[in-house]
Amino acid sequence: MLPVFSVVAVALQPAGEVWRHLAATVLTDYVINTLLLMLGVGAGALLIGVPAAWLTSIHDFPGRRIFEWALLLPMAMPAYIIAYTYTGLLDFAGPVQTLLRETFDWTRHDYWFPQVRSLPGAIVMLALVLYPYVYLLARTAFLDQSATVTEVSRSLGAGPWRRFFTVGLPLARPSLIAGVSLVQMEALADYGTVQYFGVNTFTTGIFRVWFGMGDSTAAAQLATLLLMFVFVLLVLERVSRRQARFHHAGGRHYRPPRLVLRGYAGGLAVAACLIPLLFGFLLPAGVLATWAARTAPRVVDERFLQLVTNSLLLALGAALLALLLALLLGYGQRLRPHPLVRLAVRGAGMGYAVPGTVIAIGVMLPFAAIDRTVDGWAREWLGISTGLLLSGTLIAVIFAYCARFLAVALHSVDAGLTRIRPSMDDAARSLGVTPRAVLWRVHIPILRGSLLTALLLVFVDVLKELPATLILRPFNFNTLAVRAYELAADERLADSASFALAIVLAGVGPVILLSRAIGRARPGYDPVP
Amino acid sequence: MPGLSKHLTLLSTFCLLAALAMPPVLANEEVNIYSARKEDLIKPLLDDFSRQTGITVNLVTGRDEELLQRLQSEGINTPADLLLTVDAGRLANARESGVLQAVQSEVLTARVPAVYRDPEGYWFGLSVRARPILYAVDRVDPEKLSTYEDLVAAQWKDRLCMRSSNSVYNQSLVAGMISHHGEAEAEAWAKGLVANFARPPRGGDRDQIKAVAAGECDLTLANTYYLGGMMDSDDASEREAAAKVAVFWPNVETTGVHVNVSGAGVTAHARNRDQAVKLLEFLASDAAQRWYADANNEYPVNPEIPPSATLAAWGEFNADTLNVAKLGELNAAAIRLMDRAGWR
Amino acid sequence: MTPFLDLLDIDLAYPPRRVVEDLSLRMSCAGIGCLLGPSGCGKTTLLRAIAGFEPVRRGSIRLEGVELSRPDWSLPPERRRIGMMFQDLALFPHLTVTDNIAFGLRNWTAEERRARVRDLLRLIGLEDLAKRYPHQISGGQQQRVALARALAPRPRLLLLDEPFSSLDVTLREGLAREVRAILLQEGTGGLLVSHDQFEAFAFADEIGVLDEGRLLQWDSAYNLYHRPVDRFVANFIGQGVLLVGRVGEGGSVDTELGRIHGEPPAGCAPGALVEVLVRPDDVVHDDASPLRAEIVERVFRGAEFLYTLKLSSGARLLCLTPSHHNHAPGQCIGIRLDIDHLVVFRRGDDDGRGHKVPV
Repeated sequence: MLPVFSVVAVALQPAGEVWRHLAATVLTDYVINTLLLMLGVGAGALLIGVPAAWLTSIHDFPGRRIFEWALLLPMAMPAYIIAYTYTGLLDFAGPVQTLLRETFDWTRHDYWFPQVRSLPGAIVMLALVLYPYVYLLARTAFLDQSATVTEVSRSLGAGPWRRFFTVGLPLARPSLIAGVSLVQMEALADYGTVQYFGVNTFTTGIFRVWFGMGDSTAAAQLATLLLMFVFVLLVLERVSRRQARFHHAGGRHYRPPRLVLRGYAGGLAVAACLIPLLFGFLLPAGVLATWAARTAPRVVDERFLQLVTNSLLLALGAALLALLLALLLGYGQRLRPHPLVRLAVRGAGMGYAVPGTVIAIGVMLPFAAIDRTVDGWAREWLGISTGLLLSGTLIAVIFAYCARFLAVALHSVDAGLTRIRPSMDDAARSLGVTPRAVLWRVHIPILRGSLLTALLLVFVDVLKELPATLILRPFNFNTLAVRAYELAADERLADSASFALAIVLAGVGPVILLSRAIGRARPGYDPVP
Repeated sequence: MPGLSKHLTLLSTFCLLAALAMPPVLANEEVNIYSARKEDLIKPLLDDFSRQTGITVNLVTGRDEELLQRLQSEGINTPADLLLTVDAGRLANARESGVLQAVQSEVLTARVPAVYRDPEGYWFGLSVRARPILYAVDRVDPEKLSTYEDLVAAQWKDRLCMRSSNSVYNQSLVAGMISHHGEAEAEAWAKGLVANFARPPRGGDRDQIKAVAAGECDLTLANTYYLGGMMDSDDASEREAAAKVAVFWPNVETTGVHVNVSGAGVTAHARNRDQAVKLLEFLASDAAQRWYADANNEYPVNPEIPPSATLAAWGEFNADTLNVAKLGELNAAAIRLMDRAGWR
Repeated sequence: MTPFLDLLDIDLAYPPRRVVEDLSLRMSCAGIGCLLGPSGCGKTTLLRAIAGFEPVRRGSIRLEGVELSRPDWSLPPERRRIGMMFQDLALFPHLTVTDNIAFGLRNWTAEERRARVRDLLRLIGLEDLAKRYPHQISGGQQQRVALARALAPRPRLLLLDEPFSSLDVTLREGLAREVRAILLQEGTGGLLVSHDQFEAFAFADEIGVLDEGRLLQWDSAYNLYHRPVDRFVANFIGQGVLLVGRVGEGGSVDTELGRIHGEPPAGCAPGALVEVLVRPDDVVHDDASPLRAEIVERVFRGAEFLYTLKLSSGARLLCLTPSHHNHAPGQCIGIRLDIDHLVVFRRGDDDGRGHKVPV
């Protein structure tokens, strides 16, 4: 929460006349683009994620077992990297359009080709890598739906399509809203893609005002405005989650036999799953691999291993800490349902939609202030200087990532906690088990799937995220993301491919683990082997 | 089992955090740098310096603005001795916000011309980056090109590719315009430029060059080292694109070609001030200056140093004589002007 | 002799709402009791207070003479040695039947633990399902596992929070009797919470009727039925109607059905209006009787018929007859009263709950 507060605190200072300038020129643009981006990415993620989840969770068709986990793979792909690869591929000067021009002897005005670097382009890119969040939650929801509900609707004569639209979808609605709001928050926080595509959103506006015009107050106010967007999303998500309790079919669950899709229906199902996988992962990863194959011998040296280690350690550290904090907050809310605790939980969740740079600076300012205070005190009383204790250490970096991604961890932990009925705590205690032992013996085992999910989600997210490392890291500390960024920012996309590919590959393992964890994470519902 | 693994997890988290909190082990002689130059574009020089002097160099790279913010918030405790940026405006800002200190060094004043450094020695330019007009050789007659100001002429309608106004290079160019012509005239110019755009601004400098080569448009503004980088690229398509584009030095008879510098200044609270100065002098030395040109196709600040073969092939030019510090002062004004002109 | 369970003047509250007020209850030996009351009467809260999940605001709770709860202090649930069976059973979904049962046997040796689990599995007849997970067994089997789990650590007292409410009626009474037998066999005291009197009758020796946080009567089932202390208990337990009457001379009440002998409430002068509780089994079908009533409704219950009768004044009565006395609605039959225990309430202190118990 601290970073969010420190940004808001800066925002509370009186603004310069930058606002009048913004309102007169670009503010409308920012608002419209931001709204369109949110709506577009949300719709796109639904359109890809929901059918895929519906197909893989209650049907069977060729390749279903592979699709189940492979559909999560685009999650490992940072949005800005997919944006680079598609631009390289589809831009006017790229191989596709060049081939078209050469084949048909066209010039610029002779044909229409969709412009990658545009608002629609950005929407497609973000939807392609963010849909797994919707897929993930929708799948869980579909799997949890009681078989009786399906059977009742079948006995009432509902065909597969009607079942999807009148039963499956409405029952899963709370999860879908939760997934879409996660996706939209990620889209709001995105800087790399929209910046590269020349789409001006709130986020690019914050950067421009803060760094270009040097007006930190106005920038913080823009950021605060952004937080209001987020707040609306969070409230929506909460409301939908509250409904989820009533929506839960409850009762006894057993898995109905899968509906086997053959022939033409099977082909359609394969296509619906293959297309997002192809465009969200295989194709861009292929492009990266081609580039990397060419440039790797030159850019990959003995420091590469160090980069990988740094990236993994950082992601692991941040994921563990975020998990710990999420557990603390989740339990705080469960044990002491005080409005203040709820507020803290909600506030902590907001970091997710805040651009990494804003979070990083939100961490830098208070940490430096703490350092100065401690140093001043030490000088006065002990006659020594403690220098910087927090600033420029990895603690600051990890803290920033926690602030940014706590929402993700909190979300999974929360969802897991609702599965533990209060009577289970009571039952354990009446059997002579202390509250702490209840945690280890009942909660942790039941939560294991949720905890693993939280851990892996944050891990993958941190692996992809750049700004906090870039801004807060100590001397001589590099990660894969930093290297990929530096080369890409220097417009050496092909050179950056090796590092980008390493990020993607490092994320693939956890994503596969994640998929397995989710398959097992529902004790009481799944037959346990 | 789960209980145990949880304990282990906690323990390892704690150890990890404890390890991370340890300050780096400090060598006897060292110098710490915050650099906005990318690691690849400075590290080899720093390694040379370490080899020659035995002074350890610690490096954090990042973006100008964020490094400046970090310096400011760390205040008196900052570990950084030297701030390297890729834009003179940012160096001027840094001086203004009090994080730099003045350095008197005869070596530096001798090697760095006055237009490329702070008059009182708060910072020194180390390499020059020129932003000329690049044109498609097969579609543009260089005879028709003259100045930046002329790009608003009707003959270039629908023929101009430009990067977005988020690019600091364009911001600095417009700041130069304001400085030379005043705000009103500069704004009219920017509007005219926008009217001539072949497509909305997007992409980086290399993308503009590729767009020109591919025929999406005929003219653009780009920093020369990007063209150089493409010429040296191991990607055949980049080399082909670069071959279709040529450099035109505008404004040679008026204000001169727009240039910016990358440079450095010693921080106000540097603990290794002497080493930092030593490093600055090293970076201005003949060998280092030559490296800028050879490795990244930038122009040396030291006029004594001959440019690399690639640079020489583009011909000579006279640079804008405006002190680059001025560009920093006008940067915010330039952004607003571009907002008003509808330059995305 | 120290009482087994002793609740003294306790108040329970979910601020700002008082849930239980000034309640005292004493179980003298480790028998089997039941708290009976409509939903929302505070019975579950009371049970949770005994288990240690809710603090008491006033008063104290003692088990075998040892204080468990007082306003400023409470022995944690895990140290009370009081077992509990929950309405939703709360079986741990991640543990097998065996592991669920063994959950509370933490400090036992592996040997003892195995033996205890084996005994309990045999007791509940689920030896074959030891390796199953809770979701893989039926509802009734889950109930048994929950019982075995609660009994495993040999608690001194087992609290049962409507654990049978999700079962159908026949299964419910059967299981209640089964649990009762197991408790007696284990020598564990039991306290059940229920809103179903038949379950309570089948299960408990002593039953307390609760309403709005107050304990109205703590007594045997027989006494609750035949000697209810007030109108609410009379209405809540069993069926019956209240018939208006007038206090007569020398311990009798005159009603439409004649004079009934018994003890009217203290302070009721002869001539005062009162109400007499008439149970269905107090009304005997007798063709010879001059008293006639019209049959309004007839319910066949196998061994007997339950008739709803209308008297000439319009007042209604319930009458239980052996099932060979088959009469159609609309017929008039002869009846007479055969009341062992006269239960009379003063007319004026009606608390607005109505006169007639729904059939």
